[in-house]
Amino acid sequence: MTAPGRGTFACCARVRARGPFPYASPHPLPGHARAHRTGPPRGATPGAEPVSALRVERADVVVVGGGAAGLSAALAVAEAAARDKGRAPVVALVSKVYPLRSHTVAAEGGAAGVVGDDDSLEQHVADTVAGGAGLCEEDAVRFVVERAAGELYRLERWGLPWSRTDDGDVAVRRFGGMSRARTWFAADKTGFHLLHTLFQTSLRYSGPDGPVRRYDEHHVLDLVVDDPGGPDARVRGVVVHDQHRGEPLLLEAPAVVLATGGSARAWGTSTNAGICTGDGTAMALRAGVPLRDMEFLQFHPTGLPGSGILLTEAARGEGGVLLDAEGRRYLADYGLGPETPVGAPVPRTMELGPRDRLSQAFWHADRDGRTIPTPDGGVVLLDLRHLGAARLAERLPLVTGLAKQFAGVDPATEPVPVRPTAHYTMGGVRTDARGATSVAGLFAAGECASTGLHGANRLGSNSLVETLVVGRAAGEAALAWSREAGHLGADGGAAGAGAGVGPASADGQVVDRAAEIADGYLAMRGRGTEPPAAIRAELGRVLDADAGIYRDADGLRRALATVEDLRARYAAVRVVDTSAVLNTDWATTVELGATLLVAHATVAAALAREESRGAHQRLDFPDVDDVPRHSEVRLDAGGTIEVAHVPVGAEHDMSAGKRPITTPMSFSAERGAGS
Amino acid sequence: MSEADLPVEARTVRLEVARTSVDGADTGRRDVFDVPYDDRTSVLDALQWVKDHADPTLTFRWSCKMAVCGSCGVMVNGRPVLGCETFVRGYRTSGLVVEPLAHAEVLRDLVVDTDAFLGKLATVQPWLVPDGATRLPLVDAPAPVAGSGAGDDAADPATADDSDALRAHGPASGHRQTPGELAAFKGFAECIDCMLCYAACPQLDVAPDFLGPAVVATARRWDEDSRDAGELDRADVLDTEFGAWPCIQVGACTQVCPKGVDPARALRDAQRVATETWDARSRRG
Repeated sequence: MTAPGRGTFACCARVRARGPFPYASPHPLPGHARAHRTGPPRGATPGAEPVSALRVERADVVVVGGGAAGLSAALAVAEAAARDKGRAPVVALVSKVYPLRSHTVAAEGGAAGVVGDDDSLEQHVADTVAGGAGLCEEDAVRFVVERAAGELYRLERWGLPWSRTDDGDVAVRRFGGMSRARTWFAADKTGFHLLHTLFQTSLRYSGPDGPVRRYDEHHVLDLVVDDPGGPDARVRGVVVHDQHRGEPLLLEAPAVVLATGGSARAWGTSTNAGICTGDGTAMALRAGVPLRDMEFLQFHPTGLPGSGILLTEAARGEGGVLLDAEGRRYLADYGLGPETPVGAPVPRTMELGPRDRLSQAFWHADRDGRTIPTPDGGVVLLDLRHLGAARLAERLPLVTGLAKQFAGVDPATEPVPVRPTAHYTMGGVRTDARGATSVAGLFAAGECASTGLHGANRLGSNSLVETLVVGRAAGEAALAWSREAGHLGADGGAAGAGAGVGPASADGQVVDRAAEIADGYLAMRGRGTEPPAAIRAELGRVLDADAGIYRDADGLRRALATVEDLRARYAAVRVVDTSAVLNTDWATTVELGATLLVAHATVAAALAREESRGAHQRLDFPDVDDVPRHSEVRLDAGGTIEVAHVPVGAEHDMSAGKRPITTPMSFSAERGAGS
Repeated sequence: MSEADLPVEARTVRLEVARTSVDGADTGRRDVFDVPYDDRTSVLDALQWVKDHADPTLTFRWSCKMAVCGSCGVMVNGRPVLGCETFVRGYRTSGLVVEPLAHAEVLRDLVVDTDAFLGKLATVQPWLVPDGATRLPLVDAPAPVAGSGAGDDAADPATADDSDALRAHGPASGHRQTPGELAAFKGFAECIDCMLCYAACPQLDVAPDFLGPAVVATARRWDEDSRDAGELDRADVLDTEFGAWPCIQVGACTQVCPKGVDPARALRDAQRVATETWDARSRRG
């Protein structure tokens, strides 16, 4: 039996335990590990029991991910600690980086919230639903829209440097698909300022006795779930690897909020940071939560060729125009007209059309020979010259700097070459409007979640506000669940006398399972033959080629076969680095396993959706089905990916305990691959 | 990542990287690699090429690859830079020597300690300190009417359209701040906490506990924010031996800042404010 060790919270006491890693010898994989896990490869030396001591710490709520959604969830718990009577709750905020490095930092354009007198919540709802092409869950849309301005004002009160009108009011700008100017912004670094405001505010609460306990550079390996996939599924905590101390850790909690971001890094050309690897999405799938609408991947129309670096839609909201090789505004020829005067953008028209339409127009223009060929494929030109250097410096300083630094082009004097790039994961872990999943105690918020807000196509500036609204709601709901689950009861709970540490009330079974999970992952070190970099590169290549803006069955079958082959190769993936501390060779390879699983789910869902809707366009099925249905991907007991389709609105209120209503039409990956 | 596809005759550059033992001990080891490059290869790309093709144990941080997350600061030929926006082409004759950021404890290879920096950051209360009379509540109870509730003391009255009940979730208003008031602190708010200025600052050689350029710039970012009333509290921290005073205005911080923040000015201002507010602070008790 594994004896839980004692320890302290890493953020409070910096312990530098270095030296031989306690898990150095190869251990067998968990005997009862589900066959379908894309975690550690199988085949380690059989025999010995896991003998390693596992540090155990407890919290009332664990938040996985330190971006805007995770910080919002943690702050919601922290505020409850300051407000409510009784023992203050403790929230463990776990990030595989430092929270201020999270990918929220790269969001540029803004966050939507209705404030103007000529605008209304109904109009924001209507725009969002129209953009979502039939797949929005209206209750989720209303939930976010109703709370949007409130959350943005909350950030204002926390000091976010929103751009202002001359009168000192918060300024709003136009954004694609939005019928009114309602996008709040901080120049073109909205995500950066949002993240830093949230992080710096969280420092108020993360002192030695504060309710927020940060676990920076702690890599979450998996959830510990009772009865995964079953009716009594319930989360018990997360297994974490402390990259500084070089040892695993069980964070036990009755409630876990996944806020791990998107997975578009899987594509070769992507705006996403290296950390956007779908970790939480994969964990939820393994825990039995369906992934919804994964085939809807937003391609941002204006990325820098090659690097995929994002040039915000705000560049077009401020009046930038897109030109083909001959200098013509080609969008008018692909259904986005009528052409609007340069410098006077009209909502929902031309350059301010929905992102999916713009990326699709690029695809057609490219096929029609209207783009400029480059080694990175065809490009079109984003022309900002008419804005002038002063306006660019005030409103688009980041875009200006990125174009200069990474493309060698000064947008004040030259048009910038751009092409579409993988950008945003609209699908994700299926949740209700408040982030609750079908597993008790498990919540998801932000890009990793599918609340039903974005439907088949996200409108720019809806996602940043979603991180705030749903992050907060999930944090509050997680705390409520944690309290209801009695964790804050007589034993003093996480922050009671035991300060969240020690074996006294830890469930031995949970600790054993956590140790097995940790052993399985740690056993990946120093083994294998398949270089992870080659697997990653091949995955990016096949997704770019066959799971792009337009898809068809041939390409998707190719992609599916490739992903299945890559997953097989991953079973023998090579991890050269055997060290315990800051082993990034191992950590990025663990991430790659998650990315492969999520990519597999995505491609299977794309093959199963035989219609064209929003961001999912099938050349072989150009029409839209009459009845809009979500896709849902599950893992069956044997590890097979299964896709089912569910009518919109059928199951969005999961808090009422409804079971999913699936149509009889089920679509397995094997069938798709073979047919 | 695409370097693997380069033609065999592709150019290579000499990349020398400082290595530690796996547990971070400095052994003085330097590894040398010949790395293929083209005009767009960044220092970060070169390091990733090594990790993917030569030595998977090479350890460094990175994330956004667009110079905004602040993860990938390293010394290149003695100068602190962000690896993602520094291009190898500029070093084709000299070659590159890549080392961990100076003035920080090395954890492994190019990865340095960030916790000491964040500890310093937390001491200057880098959050909005509302003035006492208008302390905002931590959480607003859902209010049926926009603009009601104890939280709105500091704020302008809610705008019209109270009928729009949906806005009653959360605060329904904020502060007013003119573009001029925003401009007063916006420059300091651009800091990405990459720690390049700490690597550059010679005073950290002699005073390692110096709060340092970025932290003082962030303190001044809040001081100069028209919505904030925490200047005296922060001045108590800045007006200490290792607060703002170790700065002797060398200006290296401002020179190396990848975001155009001017920490040298922030330090100058902080020293002035420490002096000017001394009387007010001592009367405050």
